[in-house]
Amino acid sequence: MKNELTGKVHKFGDNISTDLICPGKYFHLRSDIKKLAKHTLEDADKDFMKKMNKGDFVVGGENFGCGSSREHAPLIIKQSGVGAVLAKSFARIFFRNAINIGLPVLECDTDKINQGDELKVNLKKGVINNLTTDEIMKARPLVDVMYRIVQAGGLKEFLRKEKI
Amino acid sequence: MKQNITEKIISKHCGKKVKAGEVVFADIDWAFVQDGTGPLTMDVIEEMGGRVSSPENRCVFLDHASPSSKYQLSDTHNKLRKYAQKRGMELFDIGEGICHQLMAENYVNPGDLVVGADSHTCTAGAFGAFASGFGSTDIAFAMSTGKLWLKVPSAIKVNLAGKLKFPSMAKDVILKIIGDLGASGATYKTLEFTGEGVGNLSMESRLTICNMVIEAGAKNGIMAPDEKVNRYIKEHRRKEIGFEKFQSDTGVKYEKEINIDLSKIAPQIAVPHGVDNVKEVKEIEKQDIPINQVLIGTCTGGRIEDLRAAAEILKDNRISSKVRMIVVPASRKVFKKANKEGLIDIFVDKGASLVTPGCGPCVGIQGGVLGTDEVCVSTANRNFKGRMGCSESFIYLSSPATAAASAVKGRITNPKEVL
Repeated sequence: MKNELTGKVHKFGDNISTDLICPGKYFHLRSDIKKLAKHTLEDADKDFMKKMNKGDFVVGGENFGCGSSREHAPLIIKQSGVGAVLAKSFARIFFRNAINIGLPVLECDTDKINQGDELKVNLKKGVINNLTTDEIMKARPLVDVMYRIVQAGGLKEFLRKEKI
Repeated sequence: MKQNITEKIISKHCGKKVKAGEVVFADIDWAFVQDGTGPLTMDVIEEMGGRVSSPENRCVFLDHASPSSKYQLSDTHNKLRKYAQKRGMELFDIGEGICHQLMAENYVNPGDLVVGADSHTCTAGAFGAFASGFGSTDIAFAMSTGKLWLKVPSAIKVNLAGKLKFPSMAKDVILKIIGDLGASGATYKTLEFTGEGVGNLSMESRLTICNMVIEAGAKNGIMAPDEKVNRYIKEHRRKEIGFEKFQSDTGVKYEKEINIDLSKIAPQIAVPHGVDNVKEVKEIEKQDIPINQVLIGTCTGGRIEDLRAAAEILKDNRISSKVRMIVVPASRKVFKKANKEGLIDIFVDKGASLVTPGCGPCVGIQGGVLGTDEVCVSTANRNFKGRMGCSESFIYLSSPATAAASAVKGRITNPKEVL
């Protein structure tokens, strides 16, 4: 996985639940991640998948990923092509799941990031360069082992690589 | 070093005294998945070499699509059935009930460390166990190695005093707490319930309260075990367990302390689309909101105590012709008991619909999915937009008493009105 990510921002509010990210009405599609990913964030923004491009960022407020433990939530965000999720704070199960499946997640003050902004993110250092506003922000960088798990593509891949 | 009950349990499971903030590898007693989360877990276990440690302590529950509503789910069920058999895990098939209710009836003991691939695993904290929800990959790791890494949480103390006064129920208590804390007010923390009020709560009420701590972001909810826990275990498993009674040390420090007088809790309701959007029913009632469906069920509100409350409200009334009432007992045992007590007769006679034990329509898969612009009063634990299968519907969360009263009047109703 690349350490430097660039893309456009899709801005969301607080408490983006795993139900909004991965709606229950598509529960039967869980066995087909590619099909399920077509509905990523549909109940938060029904046009999200139409609007987004590979490498774009999902940016939320407080408590991103609250609700259920469904690992499909971060999984389809990753599958949809999103480069990373930035938020003021994450719900604990979502955060752990995101690391485990290799979706970069960073905590920072997202109030300063707006819909459509172009960002350049250095994952390892947690540095966010807002190319639209010319501001540089510092996110809480991932703890080393979490960064390595994400870089490997997730826990499965990390264990394989490290031959654990 | 003074410790709270959660720290003591985690300490026991990693062979050293731990304190909040430490990251440890803990031995786990129980690990389980359900039909939504199981398939991903299966894949990761196989990736890791296919070994399952202590398979008799690993469970697979087919409860979210109970029974299945789509061929893809039926195929998933078959995969999980074969896998459970192959790896020697305990399988609970469709119709047996919801994972958290079955864990309570069959397995969890005080002092246990329980992990599940379902966010409401925290329910089991009512036994004085450390119980927390994780994702499929983490549970695969736990099932395979018998261990899981976790950060020891710090605790918020919730002191309960007094006794609940019907029609106020345990659901009203936890809704009030979540409303006050907010959806992330307890993130990463333990909600430790203490005080004489805990002793005054039935086991069912304790399970309801612990069930919803995740809705305030908590890592686990816990109540020190007492004689009621022992009696519940004896009643359900026909054996007395010799167990170490864990209690928090006197004088241990908490992040925050909240005081609740159970006798002063009025019926509460969580307004769509947030679980922490909690108001008193008597306030919302004034808005005269007509409803289409009532759900009595789920891991929050589908136990015998909940069915009794709903039947009590219904028995001298009628369900409004404008309302569908769906009743989903949380397990086969609950269904049988409700039947023996004549509750099922009441539900059938009054026009409610019975659904196979399982999660029912809570997750929007089957058993009463909502339609466009419909309003449902539900005893479940989440009312996020689209939760019950329709993005343009509205879910209000309440106690079984409030839900049943609302079914009678055809609008959101304070249960005091129909008693």
